[in-house]
Amino acid sequence: MPIRSKTYCESYHEDIKLLNTIWSKCWMGLFIVGMLVLPYATDTYIVYLVNLSCIAIVAALGLNILTGFTGQISLGHAAFLAIGAYAAALLANMGMPFWITLPAAGLVSATAGILVGIPCLRLKGLYLAMATMSFGVMVEYVLITWDGLTGGARGMYAPEVSVFGRALDTDESMYYFLISVSAVMIIIAKNILRTRVGRAFIAVRDRDIAAEVMGVNLTGYKVMAFALSSFYAGVAGGMYAYVMGHIHPEHFTLMSSVEYMAMIIIGGLGSILGSIFGAIFIVVVPEFIKLFSQAVESVIPFMQGRYDDEWNIAVFGLLIMLFLIFEPGGLNAIWQRIKTGFKNWPFTY
Amino acid sequence: MYFLELLISGIAVGSLYALIAMGFVLIYKGTGVINFAQGEAIMVAAFIAYYLITYFGVPFWLAVPLTLVASGLLGAITERLVIRPMLGEPVFSVVMITIGLSIFLRSMGGIVFGHHNYIFPNPFPIEPLHMGEIVLSHNHLWSMILSFSLMVIFFLFFKFARLGLGMRATANDQDTATLMGINIKKVFALTWGISFVVAGLAGVGLANVMVLNVGLSFVAISAFPAVILGGLESIPGAIIGGLAIGILENMAGGYLDQIIGGGVKDVTPFAVLFLVLMIKPYGLFGTKEVERV
Repeated sequence: MPIRSKTYCESYHEDIKLLNTIWSKCWMGLFIVGMLVLPYATDTYIVYLVNLSCIAIVAALGLNILTGFTGQISLGHAAFLAIGAYAAALLANMGMPFWITLPAAGLVSATAGILVGIPCLRLKGLYLAMATMSFGVMVEYVLITWDGLTGGARGMYAPEVSVFGRALDTDESMYYFLISVSAVMIIIAKNILRTRVGRAFIAVRDRDIAAEVMGVNLTGYKVMAFALSSFYAGVAGGMYAYVMGHIHPEHFTLMSSVEYMAMIIIGGLGSILGSIFGAIFIVVVPEFIKLFSQAVESVIPFMQGRYDDEWNIAVFGLLIMLFLIFEPGGLNAIWQRIKTGFKNWPFTY
Repeated sequence: MYFLELLISGIAVGSLYALIAMGFVLIYKGTGVINFAQGEAIMVAAFIAYYLITYFGVPFWLAVPLTLVASGLLGAITERLVIRPMLGEPVFSVVMITIGLSIFLRSMGGIVFGHHNYIFPNPFPIEPLHMGEIVLSHNHLWSMILSFSLMVIFFLFFKFARLGLGMRATANDQDTATLMGINIKKVFALTWGISFVVAGLAGVGLANVMVLNVGLSFVAISAFPAVILGGLESIPGAIIGGLAIGILENMAGGYLDQIIGGGVKDVTPFAVLFLVLMIKPYGLFGTKEVERV
């Protein structure tokens, strides 16, 4: 990553600092202030979209740790979200507060992740994709069949979150809760990935056999990646249960796993910022498609009332293909390019 | 008797799985990629056949070859537009691009054809064949004959034909294959074309046996276990895997449904898939990949 000129790093510690220049601190401060005043400046609808994005960001971070950083393809991410969501809902129905349910959801999910990760250690590439996919299908089946625990096809209700005895019943009050949870998760991910663990993950991704020769414990780090990824998925599932208030096996199908995959591909594999961009993108794009199809409807009568979820999925598919062909680095690469352009102006590089 | 009944219908379903699995194996053998959009190829081919027969009034015996040509072309076009730009990219990207293609085609199918069921005009007599106590429908008989004859053809093709050997070489190592004078662009286009033709056959067969709707594309996902069980690069493996999964699925559905409750049939293939991947990831007839740094 290019660093602004006249920034001197004298130690490794300085080099890997998260905010290494005064300007990046200023921008971050401005951004935080902006996020805090957002609900006062916009309407409920935007706030609702930000809430959904927060959940998607945590989930996408998890998948990116496993797939983007460690290079283990997972098509069963939604299953881990489901486990987290049901765990959180069950605990919350017993009257547990959120600061127990969310970490617990993460831990339950991480346990499941370890249980799946250990037997999957031998698998690579598309074999791993198949294994995780079939795990996803099996979890979906269990959710529908195990009526006594999960409510089966009727789904399950989750109570509202209460923080310091105050129930968060509106989108605005949920907003602060969700952005703080996802901010914490982002900071944790940033910190894990700039330490030894993160570098080991990247080494496993780039050349696993070479990494092992260099002294990276393949087994340990692969299982750790699975555990971390499913911990994030579990927390995201818990957040999802709280926001939606009602969870159903249909929210956690193979299709939603593919949707999370779309997030990290469009955002940028192996990049924290990329997961954030991708998650926001996938949440916001359907709204634009809806607006667009409404605009088209008034011009072409044939399109009248033709809009449904199918269009979103078609667009996701198209976007996955286009990004993989034309911009494999995703939105993050585009962003870095623009940023570098500004930093080095008036020089081209 | 109940057992025999389950066995026969399992074999019947299994031969269709085998046909689908063969499409997967062909692409894997030729290009080293699993094509997640195989199910969509099946769905599109079934709809092409449906419209040729009902809308244009083409007789069945002519409609099938036309469908096969159309889906072969579709395969070649897909390869040119989507897969060709990915030549030399990591497996992950190619797998993901076929997943993208799959959800794109499926939802476009949903938009164009809607989600209701179509009734495919059945070309065979409705009265099933009776062989002693065994009852077998004409559709199933034909799909069995078809998949076994295809197996023989492809087996010989990969063993002796120059093109078939070129395809295997390409799957093994693209760079070396290029150095050996194999035109890998041609190999890619042909592989996808042939695989989509097989998908077309499977599509016509499935549309006859099951109902025709957009959900037909999900059948291919149920055929994954067959491919893995047989080994990703083995044509006989695809047949055996397909039959085994078909039989297993029917047996599990027949015996376990009463105990656990519905839906066992749909999830059994995936449980088997998971187990096979744990125990013998390269399947019964697949070759183990040896890796060097």
